[in-house]
Amino acid sequence: MAVELVFEKKPNWLLSLNDSRLMIKRSATHIIRNTDQLLGAFFQPIMFLVLFSTVFGGAISKSLPAGISYLNFLMAGIIVQTVAFGSTTTAVSVSNDLQKGIVDRFRSLPMANLAVLNGHVVSDLFRNVISTTVMLLTGLIIGFRSHASPLHWLYITGILTLFTFAFSWLAAIVGVFAKSVEAVQWLTFVLIFPLTFASSAFVPASSFPRYLKVFAVNQPITQVVEAVRALILGLSVGNHAWLAVSWSIGLLVIAMPLASWLFRRKTSQ
Amino acid sequence: MPKTDYVIEAKNLKKSYGATEVLRGINLQVERGTMLALLGPNGAGKTTTVRILSTLLTFDGGTATVEGYDVIKQSDKVRRVIGLTGQSAAVDELLTGRENLIMMGQLYRLTPASAKARAQELLEEFDLVKAADRTAKTYSGGMRRRLDLAVSLIATPPVIFLDEPTTGLDPRSRLSMWAIIKKLMESGTTILLTTQYLDEADQLADKIVVIDDGLVIAEGTSSELKRKVGNDRLELTFADDSTMNKALEVLGKHVIDTNNKEYTATVVITDPNIDVRQVLVTLSDQKVKVESMAIHKPTLDDVFLSLTGKQKPKDKKEKK
Repeated sequence: MAVELVFEKKPNWLLSLNDSRLMIKRSATHIIRNTDQLLGAFFQPIMFLVLFSTVFGGAISKSLPAGISYLNFLMAGIIVQTVAFGSTTTAVSVSNDLQKGIVDRFRSLPMANLAVLNGHVVSDLFRNVISTTVMLLTGLIIGFRSHASPLHWLYITGILTLFTFAFSWLAAIVGVFAKSVEAVQWLTFVLIFPLTFASSAFVPASSFPRYLKVFAVNQPITQVVEAVRALILGLSVGNHAWLAVSWSIGLLVIAMPLASWLFRRKTSQ
Repeated sequence: MPKTDYVIEAKNLKKSYGATEVLRGINLQVERGTMLALLGPNGAGKTTTVRILSTLLTFDGGTATVEGYDVIKQSDKVRRVIGLTGQSAAVDELLTGRENLIMMGQLYRLTPASAKARAQELLEEFDLVKAADRTAKTYSGGMRRRLDLAVSLIATPPVIFLDEPTTGLDPRSRLSMWAIIKKLMESGTTILLTTQYLDEADQLADKIVVIDDGLVIAEGTSSELKRKVGNDRLELTFADDSTMNKALEVLGKHVIDTNNKEYTATVVITDPNIDVRQVLVTLSDQKVKVESMAIHKPTLDDVFLSLTGKQKPKDKKEKK
Protein backbone atom coordinates (compact mmCIF):
# COMPACT_ATOMS: atom_id res chain seq x y z
CA MET A 1 0.00 0.00 0.00
CA ALA A 2 1.61 3.16 -1.18
CA VAL A 3 -0.67 5.63 0.56
CA GLU A 4 -0.43 5.76 4.31
CA LEU A 5 -3.83 6.03 5.89
CA VAL A 6 -4.37 8.66 8.55
CA PHE A 7 -7.47 8.34 10.69
CA GLU A 8 -9.25 11.20 12.46
CA LYS A 9 -8.59 11.42 16.16
CA LYS A 10 -11.37 13.86 16.98
CA PRO A 11 -13.95 13.09 19.67
CA ASN A 12 -17.01 11.13 18.59
CA TRP A 13 -19.52 13.95 18.75
CA LEU A 14 -17.38 16.03 16.39
CA LEU A 15 -17.10 13.14 13.99
CA SER A 16 -20.89 12.69 14.08
CA LEU A 17 -21.29 16.35 13.23
CA ASN A 18 -18.86 15.89 10.39
CA ASP A 19 -20.96 12.94 9.15
CA SER A 20 -23.97 15.24 8.95
CA ARG A 21 -21.87 17.83 7.14
CA LEU A 22 -20.80 15.23 4.58
CA MET A 23 -24.39 14.08 4.11
CA ILE A 24 -25.62 17.65 3.66
CA LYS A 25 -22.95 18.17 1.03
CA ARG A 26 -24.06 14.94 -0.67
CA SER A 27 -27.76 15.90 -0.72
CA ALA A 28 -26.98 19.43 -1.86
CA THR A 29 -24.89 18.01 -4.70
CA HIS A 30 -27.91 15.87 -5.63
CA ILE A 31 -30.08 18.97 -5.85
CA ILE A 32 -27.62 20.69 -8.15
CA ARG A 33 -26.98 17.64 -10.35
CA ASN A 34 -30.59 16.54 -10.57
CA THR A 35 -31.45 18.99 -13.35
CA ASP A 36 -35.14 18.03 -13.63
CA GLN A 37 -35.69 18.67 -9.96
CA LEU A 38 -33.73 21.89 -10.06
CA LEU A 39 -35.80 23.17 -12.98
CA GLY A 40 -38.90 22.30 -10.97
CA ALA A 41 -37.61 24.22 -7.97
CA PHE A 42 -36.98 27.15 -10.30
CA PHE A 43 -40.05 27.28 -12.52
CA GLN A 44 -42.83 25.84 -10.41
CA PRO A 45 -42.98 28.81 -8.02
CA ILE A 46 -42.89 31.25 -10.94
CA MET A 47 -45.73 29.41 -12.59
CA PHE A 48 -47.86 29.28 -9.46
CA LEU A 49 -47.27 32.91 -8.64
CA VAL A 50 -48.05 34.21 -12.11
CA LEU A 51 -51.02 31.90 -12.69
CA PHE A 52 -52.69 32.44 -9.35
CA SER A 53 -52.23 36.18 -9.32
CA THR A 54 -53.54 36.65 -12.84
CA VAL A 55 -56.29 34.00 -12.87
CA PHE A 56 -57.75 34.56 -9.40
CA GLY A 57 -56.54 38.09 -8.84
CA GLY A 58 -59.50 39.85 -10.41
CA ALA A 59 -62.15 37.88 -8.56
CA ILE A 60 -60.50 37.65 -5.19
CA SER A 61 -59.15 41.17 -4.82
CA LYS A 62 -62.75 42.39 -4.36
CA SER A 63 -63.02 40.51 -1.09
CA LEU A 64 -59.67 41.73 0.21
CA PRO A 65 -59.37 44.72 2.56
CA ALA A 66 -58.98 47.97 0.70
CA GLY A 67 -55.46 48.85 -0.39
CA ILE A 68 -54.16 45.26 -0.48
CA SER A 69 -53.46 43.83 -3.93
CA TYR A 70 -54.01 40.11 -4.50
CA LEU A 71 -50.36 39.68 -5.48
CA ASN A 72 -49.20 41.12 -2.16
CA PHE A 73 -51.77 38.99 -0.34
CA LEU A 74 -50.82 35.85 -2.26
CA MET A 75 -47.05 36.02 -1.82
CA ALA A 76 -47.00 34.55 1.71
CA GLY A 77 -49.38 31.78 0.66
CA ILE A 78 -47.36 30.77 -2.37
CA ILE A 79 -44.10 30.77 -0.41
CA VAL A 80 -45.56 28.51 2.28
CA GLN A 81 -47.23 26.28 -0.30
CA THR A 82 -43.94 25.89 -2.17
CA VAL A 83 -42.16 24.97 1.06
CA ALA A 84 -44.86 22.44 1.93
CA PHE A 85 -44.83 20.80 -1.50
CA GLY A 86 -41.05 21.02 -1.63
CA SER A 87 -40.77 18.80 1.43
CA THR A 88 -41.92 15.97 -0.87
CA THR A 89 -38.37 15.97 -2.13
CA THR A 90 -37.10 14.92 1.28
CA ALA A 91 -39.58 12.05 1.29
CA VAL A 92 -38.52 11.00 -2.21
CA SER A 93 -34.80 11.20 -1.37
CA VAL A 94 -35.18 9.18 1.83
CA SER A 95 -37.27 6.57 0.04
CA ASN A 96 -34.78 6.44 -2.84
CA ASP A 97 -31.86 5.87 -0.50
CA LEU A 98 -33.71 3.06 1.24
CA GLN A 99 -34.73 1.38 -2.04
CA LYS A 100 -31.34 1.62 -3.69
CA GLY A 101 -29.33 0.00 -0.94
CA ILE A 102 -27.01 2.93 -0.30
CA VAL A 103 -28.34 3.09 3.26
CA ASP A 104 -26.95 -0.43 3.72
CA ARG A 105 -23.58 0.86 2.65
CA PHE A 106 -23.78 3.74 5.12
CA ARG A 107 -24.87 1.40 7.88
CA SER A 108 -21.86 -0.82 7.35
CA LEU A 109 -19.63 2.22 7.99
CA PRO A 110 -18.61 3.49 11.42
CA MET A 111 -20.69 6.64 10.90
CA ALA A 112 -23.71 8.25 12.59
CA ASN A 113 -26.50 6.77 10.49
CA LEU A 114 -29.03 9.48 11.20
CA ALA A 115 -26.73 11.87 9.36
CA VAL A 116 -28.43 10.55 6.22
CA LEU A 117 -31.75 12.06 7.30
CA ASN A 118 -30.07 15.27 8.46
CA GLY A 119 -28.49 15.60 5.04
CA HIS A 120 -31.79 15.43 3.18
CA VAL A 121 -33.63 17.72 5.58
CA VAL A 122 -30.99 20.43 5.61
CA SER A 123 -30.50 20.37 1.86
CA ASP A 124 -34.27 20.75 1.52
CA LEU A 125 -33.82 24.11 3.20
CA PHE A 126 -31.17 24.96 0.64
CA ARG A 127 -33.55 24.19 -2.21
CA ASN A 128 -36.29 26.23 -0.58
CA VAL A 129 -33.99 29.22 -0.39
CA ILE A 130 -33.56 28.96 -4.18
CA SER A 131 -37.31 28.65 -4.78
CA THR A 132 -38.24 31.46 -2.43
CA THR A 133 -35.64 33.83 -3.86
CA VAL A 134 -36.83 33.11 -7.38
CA MET A 135 -40.38 33.73 -6.31
CA LEU A 136 -39.68 37.02 -4.60
CA LEU A 137 -37.72 38.29 -7.59
CA THR A 138 -40.51 37.25 -9.97
CA GLY A 139 -42.98 38.96 -7.66
CA LEU A 140 -41.01 42.18 -7.71
CA ILE A 141 -41.03 42.14 -11.51
CA ILE A 142 -44.80 41.70 -11.75
CA GLY A 143 -45.60 44.27 -9.09
CA PHE A 144 -45.14 42.79 -5.63
CA ARG A 145 -44.26 45.40 -3.01
CA SER A 146 -43.64 44.81 0.67
CA HIS A 147 -43.80 47.03 3.71
CA ALA A 148 -41.58 44.76 5.75
CA SER A 149 -38.47 46.17 7.39
CA PRO A 150 -35.18 44.22 7.32
CA LEU A 151 -35.96 43.08 10.86
CA HIS A 152 -39.34 41.79 9.67
CA TRP A 153 -37.63 39.89 6.89
CA LEU A 154 -35.42 38.32 9.52
CA TYR A 155 -38.56 37.20 11.41
CA ILE A 156 -40.03 35.88 8.18
CA THR A 157 -36.84 33.91 7.47
CA GLY A 158 -36.90 32.45 10.98
CA ILE A 159 -40.56 31.41 10.82
CA LEU A 160 -40.13 29.85 7.36
CA THR A 161 -36.92 28.04 8.32
CA LEU A 162 -38.59 26.42 11.31
CA PHE A 163 -41.60 25.50 9.20
CA THR A 164 -39.38 24.01 6.48
CA PHE A 165 -37.58 21.84 9.03
CA ALA A 166 -40.85 20.70 10.57
CA PHE A 167 -42.33 19.71 7.21
CA SER A 168 -39.13 18.06 5.99
CA TRP A 169 -39.00 15.87 9.07
CA LEU A 170 -42.65 14.96 8.58
CA ALA A 171 -41.81 14.14 4.97
CA ALA A 172 -38.90 12.00 6.15
CA ILE A 173 -41.43 9.86 8.05
CA VAL A 174 -43.41 9.39 4.84
CA GLY A 175 -40.18 8.51 3.03
CA VAL A 176 -39.31 5.83 5.55
CA PHE A 177 -42.81 4.37 5.49
CA ALA A 178 -43.50 4.34 1.78
CA LYS A 179 -42.69 1.17 -0.11
CA SER A 180 -41.82 2.96 -3.35
CA VAL A 181 -41.09 6.40 -4.71
CA GLU A 182 -44.50 6.42 -6.45
CA ALA A 183 -46.16 5.80 -3.11
CA VAL A 184 -44.29 8.79 -1.72
CA GLN A 185 -45.65 10.99 -4.49
CA TRP A 186 -49.30 10.28 -3.86
CA LEU A 187 -48.97 10.04 -0.08
CA THR A 188 -47.46 13.49 0.21
CA PHE A 189 -49.94 14.82 -2.33
CA VAL A 190 -52.89 13.51 -0.36
CA LEU A 191 -51.46 14.92 2.87
CA ILE A 192 -50.24 18.29 1.68
CA PHE A 193 -52.80 19.31 -0.94
CA PRO A 194 -55.75 19.60 1.46
CA LEU A 195 -53.58 21.26 4.09
CA THR A 196 -52.46 24.04 1.77
CA PHE A 197 -55.78 24.60 0.03
CA ALA A 198 -57.91 24.42 3.18
CA SER A 199 -55.90 27.30 4.61
CA SER A 200 -55.72 31.01 4.07
CA ALA A 201 -52.84 30.58 1.62
CA PHE A 202 -54.81 31.61 -1.49
CA VAL A 203 -58.03 33.16 -0.23
CA PRO A 204 -59.09 34.67 3.09
CA ALA A 205 -60.38 31.87 5.34
CA SER A 206 -63.35 34.04 6.29
CA SER A 207 -65.02 33.07 3.01
CA PHE A 208 -65.02 29.33 3.86
CA PRO A 209 -68.08 27.38 4.98
CA ARG A 210 -68.20 27.11 8.77
CA TYR A 211 -66.83 23.57 9.31
CA LEU A 212 -63.97 24.19 6.91
CA LYS A 213 -63.20 27.49 8.56
CA VAL A 214 -62.84 25.79 11.94
CA PHE A 215 -60.27 23.47 10.43
CA ALA A 216 -58.55 26.13 8.36
CA VAL A 217 -57.95 28.68 11.09
CA ASN A 218 -56.61 26.06 13.48
CA GLN A 219 -54.10 24.28 11.30
CA PRO A 220 -50.37 25.08 11.11
CA ILE A 221 -50.22 26.26 7.51
CA THR A 222 -52.76 29.01 8.13
CA GLN A 223 -50.78 30.22 11.14
CA VAL A 224 -47.54 30.35 9.20
CA VAL A 225 -49.19 32.02 6.20
CA GLU A 226 -50.95 34.61 8.37
CA ALA A 227 -47.79 35.42 10.30
CA VAL A 228 -45.67 35.81 7.16
CA ARG A 229 -48.43 37.74 5.41
CA ALA A 230 -48.88 40.21 8.25
CA LEU A 231 -45.12 40.82 8.32
CA ILE A 232 -44.98 41.29 4.54
CA LEU A 233 -47.96 43.65 4.48
CA GLY A 234 -46.77 45.54 7.56
CA LEU A 235 -49.91 44.61 9.55
CA SER A 236 -50.14 43.49 13.14
CA VAL A 237 -49.17 39.81 13.48
CA GLY A 238 -51.32 39.18 16.55
CA ASN A 239 -51.17 35.61 17.79
CA HIS A 240 -50.11 34.20 14.45
CA ALA A 241 -46.35 34.55 14.91
CA TRP A 242 -46.05 32.62 18.13
CA LEU A 243 -48.71 30.12 17.05
CA ALA A 244 -46.74 29.50 13.83
CA VAL A 245 -43.51 29.04 15.77
CA SER A 246 -45.19 26.78 18.35
CA TRP A 247 -46.75 24.62 15.64
CA SER A 248 -43.41 24.20 13.89
CA ILE A 249 -41.53 23.40 17.10
CA GLY A 250 -44.29 21.04 18.19
CA LEU A 251 -44.20 19.18 14.88
CA LEU A 252 -40.41 19.04 15.01
CA VAL A 253 -40.38 17.63 18.53
CA ILE A 254 -42.65 14.82 17.39
CA ALA A 255 -41.42 14.25 13.85
CA MET A 256 -37.66 14.29 14.45
CA PRO A 257 -37.41 11.45 16.98
CA LEU A 258 -40.22 9.53 15.27
CA ALA A 259 -38.53 9.69 11.86
CA SER A 260 -35.19 8.70 13.42
CA TRP A 261 -36.73 5.81 15.31
CA LEU A 262 -38.62 4.56 12.25
CA PHE A 263 -35.50 4.88 10.12
CA ARG A 264 -33.44 2.85 12.58
CA ARG A 265 -36.17 0.23 12.85
CA LYS A 266 -36.72 -0.03 9.12
CA THR A 267 -33.04 -0.46 8.39
CA SER A 268 -32.30 -3.18 10.94
CA GLN A 269 -34.93 -5.72 9.93
CA MET B 1 -10.40 -7.46 23.54
CA PRO B 2 -10.82 -11.18 23.08
CA LYS B 3 -9.44 -12.43 19.79
CA THR B 4 -10.55 -15.83 18.62
CA ASP B 5 -8.64 -17.95 16.16
CA TYR B 6 -11.20 -17.13 13.54
CA VAL B 7 -11.63 -13.69 12.05
CA ILE B 8 -15.25 -14.37 11.15
CA GLU B 9 -17.24 -16.84 13.16
CA ALA B 10 -20.92 -17.75 13.20
CA LYS B 11 -22.35 -20.33 15.55
CA ASN B 12 -25.79 -21.80 15.08
CA LEU B 13 -27.08 -18.63 13.42
CA LYS B 14 -30.87 -18.48 13.18
CA LYS B 15 -33.13 -15.95 11.54
CA SER B 16 -36.84 -16.04 10.77
CA TYR B 17 -39.26 -13.68 9.09
CA GLY B 18 -42.56 -14.55 10.73
CA ALA B 19 -43.06 -18.23 10.14
CA THR B 20 -40.41 -18.44 7.44
CA GLU B 21 -37.08 -19.72 8.71
CA VAL B 22 -34.40 -18.21 6.53
CA LEU B 23 -31.42 -19.43 8.54
CA ARG B 24 -31.81 -22.66 10.50
CA GLY B 25 -28.51 -22.83 12.33
CA ILE B 26 -25.58 -21.75 10.17
CA ASN B 27 -22.05 -22.45 11.41
CA LEU B 28 -19.01 -21.04 9.71
CA GLN B 29 -15.48 -19.97 10.48
CA VAL B 30 -13.04 -17.99 8.39
CA GLU B 31 -9.36 -18.08 9.25
CA ARG B 32 -7.17 -15.00 9.00
CA GLY B 33 -6.00 -14.18 5.52
CA THR B 34 -8.17 -16.79 3.83
CA MET B 35 -11.27 -16.69 1.68
CA LEU B 36 -14.40 -18.64 2.44
CA ALA B 37 -17.01 -18.96 -0.30
CA LEU B 38 -20.62 -19.32 0.68
CA LEU B 39 -22.15 -21.24 -2.20
CA GLY B 40 -25.84 -21.73 -2.71
CA PRO B 41 -28.83 -20.94 -4.92
CA ASN B 42 -30.99 -17.83 -4.59
CA GLY B 43 -32.92 -17.89 -1.35
CA ALA B 44 -30.50 -20.26 0.41
CA GLY B 45 -29.69 -17.59 3.01
CA LYS B 46 -26.37 -16.29 1.68
CA THR B 47 -27.26 -12.62 1.67
CA THR B 48 -29.02 -12.91 5.02
CA THR B 49 -25.85 -14.42 6.52
CA VAL B 50 -23.68 -11.64 5.12
CA ARG B 51 -26.10 -8.95 6.28
CA ILE B 52 -26.00 -10.35 9.81
CA LEU B 53 -22.20 -10.61 9.86
CA SER B 54 -21.83 -7.07 8.53
CA THR B 55 -24.08 -5.68 11.33
CA LEU B 56 -26.98 -4.78 9.03
CA LEU B 57 -29.45 -7.28 10.38
CA THR B 58 -30.48 -8.62 13.78
CA PHE B 59 -30.96 -12.34 14.26
CA ASP B 60 -32.97 -14.69 16.45
CA GLY B 61 -30.46 -17.24 17.70
CA GLY B 62 -26.79 -18.14 17.83
CA THR B 63 -23.73 -15.89 17.95
CA ALA B 64 -21.72 -14.02 15.36
CA THR B 65 -18.34 -12.34 15.77
CA VAL B 66 -15.94 -10.50 13.49
CA GLU B 67 -12.37 -10.03 14.75
CA GLY B 68 -13.68 -11.23 18.10
CA TYR B 69 -16.27 -8.45 18.30
CA ASP B 70 -19.94 -9.32 18.77
CA VAL B 71 -21.80 -8.05 15.68
CA ILE B 72 -24.74 -6.84 17.77
CA LYS B 73 -23.18 -5.57 20.99
CA GLN B 74 -20.00 -4.19 19.42
CA SER B 75 -21.35 -3.26 16.01
CA ASP B 76 -19.38 0.01 16.05
CA LYS B 77 -16.09 -1.84 16.42
CA VAL B 78 -17.09 -4.36 13.76
CA ARG B 79 -17.88 -1.55 11.32
CA ARG B 80 -14.36 -0.20 11.66
CA VAL B 81 -12.79 -3.42 10.44
CA ILE B 82 -15.14 -4.52 7.68
CA GLY B 83 -15.85 -3.54 4.10
CA LEU B 84 -19.07 -4.61 2.39
CA THR B 85 -19.76 -4.97 -1.30
CA GLY B 86 -23.40 -5.76 -1.80
CA GLN B 87 -25.43 -7.32 -4.56
CA SER B 88 -26.98 -4.10 -5.72
CA ALA B 89 -23.89 -2.00 -6.15
CA ALA B 90 -24.41 0.66 -3.50
CA VAL B 91 -22.69 3.74 -4.76
CA ASP B 92 -24.17 7.20 -5.03
CA GLU B 93 -25.24 7.62 -8.64
CA LEU B 94 -25.24 11.40 -8.66
CA LEU B 95 -21.73 11.65 -7.28
CA THR B 96 -18.63 10.98 -9.36
CA GLY B 97 -16.47 7.95 -8.72
CA ARG B 98 -13.91 10.10 -6.98
CA GLU B 99 -16.51 11.91 -4.85
CA ASN B 100 -17.97 8.55 -3.80
CA LEU B 101 -14.57 7.32 -2.70
CA ILE B 102 -13.61 10.47 -0.82
CA MET B 103 -16.97 10.72 0.94
CA MET B 104 -16.94 7.08 2.03
CA GLY B 105 -13.33 7.43 3.11
CA GLN B 106 -14.21 10.30 5.40
CA LEU B 107 -17.18 8.37 6.75
CA TYR B 108 -14.68 5.62 7.56
CA ARG B 109 -12.92 8.28 9.66
CA LEU B 110 -10.06 8.95 7.27
CA THR B 111 -8.77 12.52 7.24
CA PRO B 112 -9.78 14.45 4.09
CA ALA B 113 -6.22 14.45 2.74
CA SER B 114 -5.81 10.76 3.39
CA ALA B 115 -9.18 9.93 1.79
CA LYS B 116 -8.23 11.95 -1.28
CA ALA B 117 -4.87 10.26 -1.74
CA ARG B 118 -6.30 6.80 -1.19
CA ALA B 119 -9.14 7.54 -3.65
CA GLN B 120 -6.62 8.37 -6.36
CA GLU B 121 -4.71 5.19 -5.63
CA LEU B 122 -7.83 3.04 -5.87
CA LEU B 123 -9.01 4.74 -9.06
CA GLU B 124 -5.68 3.83 -10.63
CA GLU B 125 -5.71 0.31 -9.26
CA PHE B 126 -9.26 -0.36 -10.46
CA ASP B 127 -8.81 1.19 -13.89
CA LEU B 128 -11.29 3.97 -13.23
CA VAL B 129 -9.05 7.00 -13.72
CA LYS B 130 -10.69 8.07 -16.98
CA ALA B 131 -14.16 7.84 -15.47
CA ALA B 132 -13.15 9.27 -12.10
CA ASP B 133 -14.87 12.60 -12.56
CA ARG B 134 -18.03 11.35 -14.24
CA THR B 135 -21.14 10.62 -12.18
CA ALA B 136 -21.54 6.94 -11.31
CA LYS B 137 -24.88 6.99 -13.16
CA THR B 138 -22.92 6.89 -16.41
CA TYR B 139 -20.86 3.82 -15.45
CA SER B 140 -21.27 0.39 -17.02
CA GLY B 141 -22.23 -2.57 -14.83
CA GLY B 142 -18.64 -3.72 -14.53
CA MET B 143 -17.34 -0.26 -13.70
CA ARG B 144 -19.99 0.18 -11.07
CA ARG B 145 -19.03 -3.08 -9.39
CA ARG B 146 -15.39 -2.07 -9.45
CA LEU B 147 -16.24 1.28 -7.90
CA ASP B 148 -18.41 -0.47 -5.34
CA LEU B 149 -15.54 -2.74 -4.37
CA ALA B 150 -13.08 0.16 -4.37
CA VAL B 151 -15.39 2.05 -2.00
CA SER B 152 -15.39 -0.83 0.46
CA LEU B 153 -11.57 -0.92 0.33
CA ILE B 154 -11.07 2.79 0.90
CA ALA B 155 -9.87 2.35 4.48
CA THR B 156 -8.19 -1.01 3.72
CA PRO B 157 -10.29 -2.94 6.22
CA PRO B 158 -8.82 -6.34 7.19
CA VAL B 159 -12.17 -8.10 6.58
CA ILE B 160 -14.19 -7.88 3.37
CA PHE B 161 -17.65 -9.23 2.57
CA LEU B 162 -18.29 -9.76 -1.12
CA ASP B 163 -21.95 -10.50 -1.71
CA GLU B 164 -22.26 -11.99 -5.20
CA PRO B 165 -19.69 -9.63 -6.70
CA THR B 166 -20.01 -10.98 -10.23
CA THR B 167 -23.72 -11.80 -10.54
CA GLY B 168 -25.04 -10.25 -13.71
CA LEU B 169 -21.64 -9.29 -15.11
CA ASP B 170 -20.49 -10.20 -18.60
CA PRO B 171 -17.63 -12.72 -18.82
CA ARG B 172 -14.95 -10.10 -19.37
CA SER B 173 -15.97 -7.93 -16.43
CA ARG B 174 -16.22 -11.10 -14.40
CA LEU B 175 -12.63 -12.03 -15.17
CA SER B 176 -11.36 -8.58 -14.31
CA MET B 177 -13.30 -8.73 -11.04
CA TRP B 178 -11.69 -12.09 -10.29
CA ALA B 179 -8.25 -10.62 -10.91
CA ILE B 180 -8.97 -7.80 -8.48
CA ILE B 181 -10.26 -10.21 -5.85
CA LYS B 182 -7.17 -12.41 -6.23
CA LYS B 183 -4.95 -9.40 -5.68
CA LEU B 184 -6.94 -8.55 -2.60
CA MET B 185 -6.34 -12.05 -1.26
CA GLU B 186 -2.61 -11.72 -1.82
CA SER B 187 -2.63 -8.64 0.39
CA GLY B 188 -3.76 -10.82 3.29
CA THR B 189 -7.35 -9.64 3.55
CA THR B 190 -9.82 -12.05 5.10
CA ILE B 191 -12.75 -12.48 2.74
CA LEU B 192 -16.23 -13.95 2.88
CA LEU B 193 -17.62 -14.30 -0.63
CA THR B 194 -21.08 -15.44 -1.60
CA THR B 195 -21.76 -16.83 -5.02
CA GLN B 196 -24.13 -18.93 -7.05
CA TYR B 197 -21.34 -20.08 -9.32
CA LEU B 198 -19.36 -23.18 -8.49
CA ASP B 199 -16.48 -22.20 -10.74
CA GLU B 200 -16.19 -18.84 -8.98
CA ALA B 201 -15.88 -20.52 -5.59
CA ASP B 202 -13.50 -23.03 -7.16
CA GLN B 203 -11.29 -20.34 -8.70
CA LEU B 204 -11.03 -18.08 -5.69
CA ALA B 205 -11.82 -19.65 -2.34
CA ASP B 206 -9.64 -21.55 0.10
CA LYS B 207 -12.69 -23.16 1.60
CA ILE B 208 -16.26 -23.58 0.41
CA VAL B 209 -19.41 -23.86 2.50
CA VAL B 210 -22.47 -25.00 0.56
CA ILE B 211 -25.77 -23.85 2.02
CA ASP B 212 -29.31 -24.66 1.05
CA ASP B 213 -32.55 -23.66 2.70
CA GLY B 214 -30.76 -22.03 5.64
CA LEU B 215 -28.54 -24.99 6.48
CA VAL B 216 -24.94 -25.91 5.72
CA ILE B 217 -25.08 -29.05 3.61
CA ALA B 218 -21.40 -29.48 2.84
CA GLU B 219 -18.07 -27.81 3.43
CA GLY B 220 -14.47 -28.34 2.54
CA THR B 221 -11.81 -27.27 0.12
CA SER B 222 -12.63 -27.08 -3.52
CA SER B 223 -10.94 -30.41 -4.22
CA GLU B 224 -12.67 -32.11 -1.30
CA LEU B 225 -16.02 -31.00 -2.61
CA LYS B 226 -15.11 -31.96 -6.13
CA ARG B 227 -14.28 -35.44 -4.98
CA LYS B 228 -17.79 -35.64 -3.60
CA VAL B 229 -19.38 -34.02 -6.58
CA GLY B 230 -17.25 -35.73 -9.14
CA ASN B 231 -15.22 -34.28 -11.90
CA ASP B 232 -16.20 -33.57 -15.46
CA ARG B 233 -19.44 -34.86 -16.81
CA LEU B 234 -19.70 -36.73 -20.06
CA GLU B 235 -23.02 -36.31 -21.77
CA LEU B 236 -23.84 -38.98 -24.36
CA THR B 237 -26.66 -38.71 -26.85
CA PHE B 238 -28.16 -41.76 -28.56
CA ALA B 239 -30.33 -42.21 -31.61
CA ASP B 240 -33.31 -43.77 -29.89
CA ASP B 241 -34.79 -45.26 -26.77
CA SER B 242 -33.55 -48.82 -27.23
CA THR B 243 -29.96 -47.75 -27.91
CA MET B 244 -30.04 -45.63 -24.80
CA ASN B 245 -31.41 -48.44 -22.65
CA LYS B 246 -28.70 -50.72 -23.89
CA ALA B 247 -26.08 -48.11 -23.02
CA LEU B 248 -27.56 -47.72 -19.56
CA GLU B 249 -27.18 -51.47 -19.02
CA VAL B 250 -23.56 -51.37 -20.12
CA LEU B 251 -22.57 -48.31 -18.10
CA GLY B 252 -24.53 -49.25 -15.00
CA LYS B 253 -23.97 -47.14 -11.90
CA HIS B 254 -21.72 -44.61 -13.60
CA VAL B 255 -24.75 -42.94 -15.11
CA ILE B 256 -25.99 -40.18 -12.82
CA ASP B 257 -28.66 -38.62 -14.95
CA THR B 258 -30.76 -39.49 -18.00
CA ASN B 259 -33.10 -37.63 -20.25
CA ASN B 260 -35.66 -39.89 -21.90
CA LYS B 261 -36.92 -37.31 -24.33
CA GLU B 262 -33.60 -36.42 -25.86
CA TYR B 263 -32.03 -39.85 -25.30
CA THR B 264 -29.11 -38.52 -23.32
CA ALA B 265 -27.21 -40.07 -20.44
CA THR B 266 -24.71 -38.27 -18.20
CA VAL B 267 -21.69 -40.09 -16.84
CA VAL B 268 -19.50 -38.70 -14.05
CA ILE B 269 -15.83 -39.35 -14.41
CA THR B 270 -15.22 -40.01 -10.70
CA ASP B 271 -12.98 -43.00 -11.00
CA PRO B 272 -9.60 -42.19 -12.51
CA ASN B 273 -9.67 -45.63 -14.15
CA ILE B 274 -12.72 -44.76 -16.15
CA ASP B 275 -11.97 -42.06 -18.64
CA VAL B 276 -13.79 -40.82 -21.66
CA ARG B 277 -11.90 -43.13 -24.00
CA GLN B 278 -12.80 -46.15 -21.92
CA VAL B 279 -16.48 -45.27 -21.80
CA LEU B 280 -16.53 -45.01 -25.56
CA VAL B 281 -14.55 -48.23 -26.05
CA THR B 282 -16.87 -50.11 -23.73
CA LEU B 283 -19.92 -48.85 -25.60
CA SER B 284 -18.47 -49.65 -28.99
CA ASP B 285 -17.50 -53.17 -27.82
CA GLN B 286 -21.15 -53.72 -27.04
CA LYS B 287 -22.15 -52.26 -30.43
CA VAL B 288 -23.90 -49.26 -28.86
CA LYS B 289 -23.68 -46.34 -31.24
CA VAL B 290 -23.18 -42.89 -29.74
CA GLU B 291 -24.66 -40.05 -31.83
CA SER B 292 -22.86 -37.20 -30.08
CA MET B 293 -21.06 -36.40 -26.88
CA ALA B 294 -20.17 -33.38 -24.79
CA ILE B 295 -18.05 -32.79 -21.72
CA HIS B 296 -19.01 -30.21 -19.17
CA LYS B 297 -17.79 -29.05 -15.76
CA PRO B 298 -19.95 -29.75 -12.72
CA THR B 299 -22.44 -26.96 -12.11
CA LEU B 300 -24.27 -25.88 -9.01
CA ASP B 301 -27.05 -28.24 -10.10
CA ASP B 302 -24.59 -31.11 -10.04
CA VAL B 303 -23.39 -30.11 -6.58
CA PHE B 304 -26.91 -30.23 -5.29
CA LEU B 305 -27.64 -33.41 -7.11
CA SER B 306 -24.73 -35.22 -5.56
CA LEU B 307 -24.84 -33.62 -2.11
CA THR B 308 -28.54 -33.78 -1.47
CA GLY B 309 -29.72 -36.24 -4.03
CA LYS B 310 -32.18 -33.67 -5.31
CA GLN B 311 -32.17 -31.09 -8.05
CA LYS B 312 -31.19 -27.55 -7.26
CA PRO B 313 -34.15 -25.99 -5.49
CA LYS B 314 -36.20 -23.57 -7.51
CA ASP B 315 -34.96 -20.02 -7.11
CA LYS B 316 -36.75 -18.31 -4.30
CA LYS B 317 -36.72 -14.62 -3.84
CA GLU B 318 -34.39 -13.89 -0.99
CA LYS B 319 -35.83 -11.72 1.71
CA LYS B 320 -33.92 -8.65 2.65
